[in-house]
Formats: sequence, structure tokens, C-alpha cells
Amino acid sequence: MITITHYLVLSAILFTVGVIGVLIRRNAIIIFMCIELMLNAVNLSFVACAHYLNSMQGQLFVFFTMTVAAAEAAVGLAIIVAVFRNKETINIDDINIMKW
Amino acid sequence: MLAYLFYIVAAITVTTAVYLIFEKNPVFGALYLIQTMVSLAVLYILLEAQFVAAVQIIVYAGAIMVLFLFVIMLLNLDIGEETKNALPYQRIPAILMGIALFTIICIVIRSKLLQGKQDQYTTAFVQGVGNTKLIGNLLFTEYLLPFEITSILLFVAAIGAIMLAKRKL
Amino acid sequence: MTNVSIMTFNILSILPILILSGFGMIVLLVDVLSSRRLGEKNLLAYISLIGIILAAIFARSPAGTTLFSFNESFAIDNYSLFFNFIFLLSTGLTILISHSYIKREEINHGEYYALILFSTIGMMLMAAGADLLNIFIGLEVMSISIYILTGFKRSKLISNEASLKYFLLGAFATGFLLYGISLVYGSTGAINLKQIASFIASKGGISDPVLLMGMGLIIIGLGFKVASVPFHAWVPDVYEGAPTAITAFMSVGPKAAGFAAFLRILITAFGSAHDEWQKIIYILAILTMTTGNVIAIAQTNIKRMLAYSSIAHAGYLLIALVSANDMGVSGTLFYMLAYTFMNIGAFAIVIVLSRKGDEFIQINDYAGLGFKHPLLALAMTLFMFSMAGVPPTAGFVGKFYIFSAAIKSGYIGLAVIGVINSVISVYYYLRITVIMYMKEPTREFAPLTISPLIVAAIAISVIGTLHLGIFPSKVMEIAQQATLMLK
Repeated sequence: MITITHYLVLSAILFTVGVIGVLIRRNAIIIFMCIELMLNAVNLSFVACAHYLNSMQGQLFVFFTMTVAAAEAAVGLAIIVAVFRNKETINIDDINIMKW
Repeated sequence: MLAYLFYIVAAITVTTAVYLIFEKNPVFGALYLIQTMVSLAVLYILLEAQFVAAVQIIVYAGAIMVLFLFVIMLLNLDIGEETKNALPYQRIPAILMGIALFTIICIVIRSKLLQGKQDQYTTAFVQGVGNTKLIGNLLFTEYLLPFEITSILLFVAAIGAIMLAKRKL
Repeated sequence: MTNVSIMTFNILSILPILILSGFGMIVLLVDVLSSRRLGEKNLLAYISLIGIILAAIFARSPAGTTLFSFNESFAIDNYSLFFNFIFLLSTGLTILISHSYIKREEINHGEYYALILFSTIGMMLMAAGADLLNIFIGLEVMSISIYILTGFKRSKLISNEASLKYFLLGAFATGFLLYGISLVYGSTGAINLKQIASFIASKGGISDPVLLMGMGLIIIGLGFKVASVPFHAWVPDVYEGAPTAITAFMSVGPKAAGFAAFLRILITAFGSAHDEWQKIIYILAILTMTTGNVIAIAQTNIKRMLAYSSIAHAGYLLIALVSANDMGVSGTLFYMLAYTFMNIGAFAIVIVLSRKGDEFIQINDYAGLGFKHPLLALAMTLFMFSMAGVPPTAGFVGKFYIFSAAIKSGYIGLAVIGVINSVISVYYYLRITVIMYMKEPTREFAPLTISPLIVAAIAISVIGTLHLGIFPSKVMEIAQQATLMLK
């Protein structure tokens, strides 16, 4: 029997994998993909909670999260393109005129 | 039977996610992420969220990830670029997050979930009306305001993408 | 439920949002249609200002009382109205100071004004949102607009870099916020703040560790937006790299919006779990104040110094959040208003002194300003005094209210740490004054090109800072009414 715990554990694993990816990778696009992975993990936990609570709010929230992810993807990739155009790299170790 | 399906799909999801964070080539990374998203869509169907599953494949795996692939190919990145001094960064955060993950899982397993209010949308009810129809109804009634504001959000994103990435304004 | 049910919504309650979005689109259209004939584009700034004034006029409750609209998800109460006023004020002042700046920097596109107006919509939604979905969508509309505005100087690498850093860290924080929301939803079965509150009250506090973790993750996500210390790493770089007018904007508007959402979520939804979150915020407040003030001392670049000072001010506001009484809430409102005047004023002077290709932002560049441009130096001195909390300025009154709120709730230690921090901050604020008046100029001041709009912005800031400092009671009264509605 698959319970909500299974889904939440899976979602936690995916979220953490995403966070680890953001922390260890240096390529801006891959970091951004890891962020998308985090958002997907969140969506899974929303849908699972909605199912086991007999509620629709979770599914609606996922709908909005996807919209936000789409908007973020458009803007984020545009920013990455703009950086690349001026700097010819998207490795965040090389993007360092200002000290962190 | 469905339990086996869950375990198989969950294993695929986690494996591709882990592959993503260790993959050097961004194109393969994006493909792994697409696979993660498709397997999540399968899980959504197991959770009786058919509309979300469809949108997951159409919007996420379809539109958003294609945008990623497009930009990766547009920039034509050097693959070996980030290998140099990557190691010192990797260990500490990875260990810390491993600990954090362990804590989260312990918390989730130990706590009594689902104490919250049960809503009216049981599986039988949703199947009677239809998942998509129900979501549509709710979007245009209870969630009208955020739904409309989303249009501003997408408008802003469109303006921003043009502003930042267009070669000549 | 096959029929679409008629819901309770009042279109008048979102009138300011509608006005701002309408004017945002008008600005874009006018920009496109007139780009050949109008080289100057002064018109766009005026159109945006008209939109802001109209929105401010209509920003009131249609019924005259608290109104929950859109299925209880949108609250028009005195609290959100006060915040709306702060947002509109900061947007208006930003447009006043932007006008000559963006012309000089050759980023004079209509999208600039439109994005500022759209991000204000996001802020309004955050302050008025009574469920987590509206707050989240508002936060994203605001943040995405500001990611774009940060990178608006497209040809400058520093601006791109700031934008990329802000975007990646902002999206990362959004992930945490969302995960927190999903856990709160999973354990309470609700995203409406009142329903969450009644769930927690029915359980007699938070006993569920998943709910506790969800709350913690929401605090992380919002802590990032208000730039509290361990989540502040982006602030100095983004403030330095962004166009100066946008730096002014994002040090005020998004911070106020972040605090608006922070207060509403923590007090309305998690009010009965005060003991749990108060410890976290307590530590955040101390870390934020101290780190901000100590690092600000070492800065040589005025934009970075103001960035760290804005971190420190977030710390003072967190004190008000810890005390979580009516006085703390009204103190936050008052302080945020005072901070709007003094901070945008200070940035306005930075903009007046800078020139194209020469940002003029080293603190030593200000040497001798007191002799060359006495009025500007006087205004700058006033803003610095106000930020340091010297009477009779707005900053002093604001700090006074916040620290008294902390004492009233019994956090005397926290108030003492706050006062010590204000004393530390006097050092670096007064250093600018000392440099302006007591040092010989190290370099020439170019002839100033002062536009009437930026003079108006500085004048409004000076008047606001002094008025709130000398006659605070009227505004304070309004702020106090605003808090009654919160619980």
C-alpha cells in the first residue's frame, strides 16, 4: 500500500538532490535546471497532499507553480544569454567582477 | 500492482535526478531532467491528477525544457569548462545536505500526517465531474484573482525576455 | 458542483491593481507609437506618475471597512492599505529619480516604467493576499520584474552579473518558500491564512514536525526577500551592479512587501505558534543587525555601504516582528515609511552626483561636497542622521517605536542589542558627513545636471523625513489603526 509518506519521502529526496545540485554545480544553466528539479519535487508533494486530503487546492497550486516556472525560465534564460553575450562564459566562478 | 509501479517509477525519477546533478554535458542533463518530469507525470496519474499530468508533459517537459535545450545549443558551451576546481566546493554542502535530507525523511516518517481538514473532493466525486472540468471551474471562480494576475506575470516575462536577450533594441 | 458557483468578489477591491496594470500597458503602447517623434520620452514618466497617483486615490476600501474579497483570499484592510501607500510612494519616488538617470545611462526604454509599475502590482498582492497562493504569485510578479530591472543595463557586464546572481539565488529561495507552503498545506489542509490559524488553534499549537518544518522553510524563503542574515549574500553585489535608481527601488519596495507578507503570515496564520517562530526570528534579528552594521563600516563604495545598511535596517524591522504585538506591527509600518523617505532620498543624491560612465560612488568622492554643493550635502546629512537614528528625524522615531515594542513584549535584551547596533551605525553614517564637510575635495565636481523631477524627489524625501520626525503622532495613529485588523 502506497501512502502519502512514500510520496513525501520521494519528494524530499528529489528536493534535496536539487539543492545539492545547486550547491555543487558551477554552470549557470545546470544550476537553473536543478532549481527546476526542486520545483518539481514541490509539485509532487502538492499533488500527493491534495490526493490524500481529498482536496483540489494542491492541484491548482501546481498549475500556478508551473506558470511561475515558465516565467522564470523565460527570464532566467534571457539573463543567461545576456551574460554569455558579454562574457562568453556562464561558469559562475568566472562571473566575479564583484566580490561575493 | 500499483505499488510496484510506484517503486519502479520512483527509482527512475531519483536515478535521473542524480544523473542530472553529476552530468557534465548540459544537453544530457536536460534530457535527464525531461525523463524525471515524465516519470513525475506518471506519478501524478497514480495520484489521480490527470490534468496536472498532462500539463506536466505539455508545459514542463515540452515547452520549458525545449527552451532550455534551445538556449544550451544556442550558447554552444564548452563541456569540460567547470571540471577544474569543482571538488573543494562539492564535499561540504553535499554532506550537509545529506544530513538535512536524512532529518527531513525522519521527520516525515515519524510525524502523523493527514491531520488536516479533509475536503469534499473525493476520488469518486472528482471522477463524477471530471478532473479537468473541476480545475477549470475552480480557476474561474475561487482562484480568479491569482489566475488573472498570472497573465501579468507572463506578460512581464515576455517583456523581460525580449528586453534582456534581444540583440538590438 | 457542475455549475459555476457565483463567488463573492468585489472588483473595486482590486481597482489600484487594475489601474496600475492599465497604465503599465499604456506606457508600453505610447512608447511604441511615439518612439520616432518623442526623442525625450518625458511623457512616459508623467504617464506613470499619473497612474500611481490615481492608484493611490483609489486605494481604499470600497465599503469603508475591512473587506475580504475573492473567496476570502484578498484582504483590503487598513494594514494592506498602509502598505499600498508605502509601495506607491516608493514607486513614485523611484520614477522621479529614474527619469534623468535612465536618460543619461541610455536605458531610456518604456519597458523600464512598465516593469516598475508591474512589480508594484506584485507588492500590493503580497500585502493584501490572505492566502498563501496570492502571496506567492505576488512575490513572483514582483521578483521577476526586478530581476529584469536589475539587468536593465544590458551592455554592462556588472549589471548582467548582478541580475544573474539575484535571479539564481532568488529562484533558489522561491524553491524553499514553495516547499514550505506545500508542507504547510499538507499538514493543515488549507492555504488560506485564517484556516491555517484555526487549524493550529484547534490543535493547541504546532505539534506536527512537518508543519514546523514548513513554517521554517517559509521563513527562509521570505527571509531571503527581506535580506536577513544568513540569506543576505546576494544583497551587496546586486545593489552594486543594478542601475542606481533600481537599487533605490529594491531596497525599499520589495523589502516592505517582504515584511508585509512576513507579518501577515506569521501573525495571522501562525499567531498561536508564536513561541516557535519567535526564537528563529530572534536569532535572525541579532545576526542581521550586527552583520549589516559591522560590514558596512568596512565599505568604501557608497552603494555597497547602503546595501549593508539596508541589511541592518531589515534587522531592526525583525525586532518588531519578534515582539509581534500591536506596537511592533505599527512600528514596522511607521519605520518602513520613514525608511522609504530616507533611503530613496540618499540614493537620489548619489544619482545627482553621478555622471555617465562615472558612477561617482566611492565614499571618498564625497569629500568637500559641503562647500561645493551645500544644499545637497545638507540633505545627505539629514538622510544619514535619520538612518543613524538621530532626533529629530523619522529614523529616530521609528527606532524608538520598534525598541519600545520589544521592551513591551519583554525582549529587553534584544532592544539593548538594537540600541548598541544603532550606535555602531552612527560611525559609518556620520563618516560620510565628516568627509563631506571636513575633507578637501580629492577630485573635481562636474557641473550638475539637475532635472526638476529629481529635485522634487529629494524635496519630498526631506520633507517626509523631517515631518515624520517632528510630528509623528498623526501617521502613528493611522499605523495603529492598521494593526487592529491584522488578528
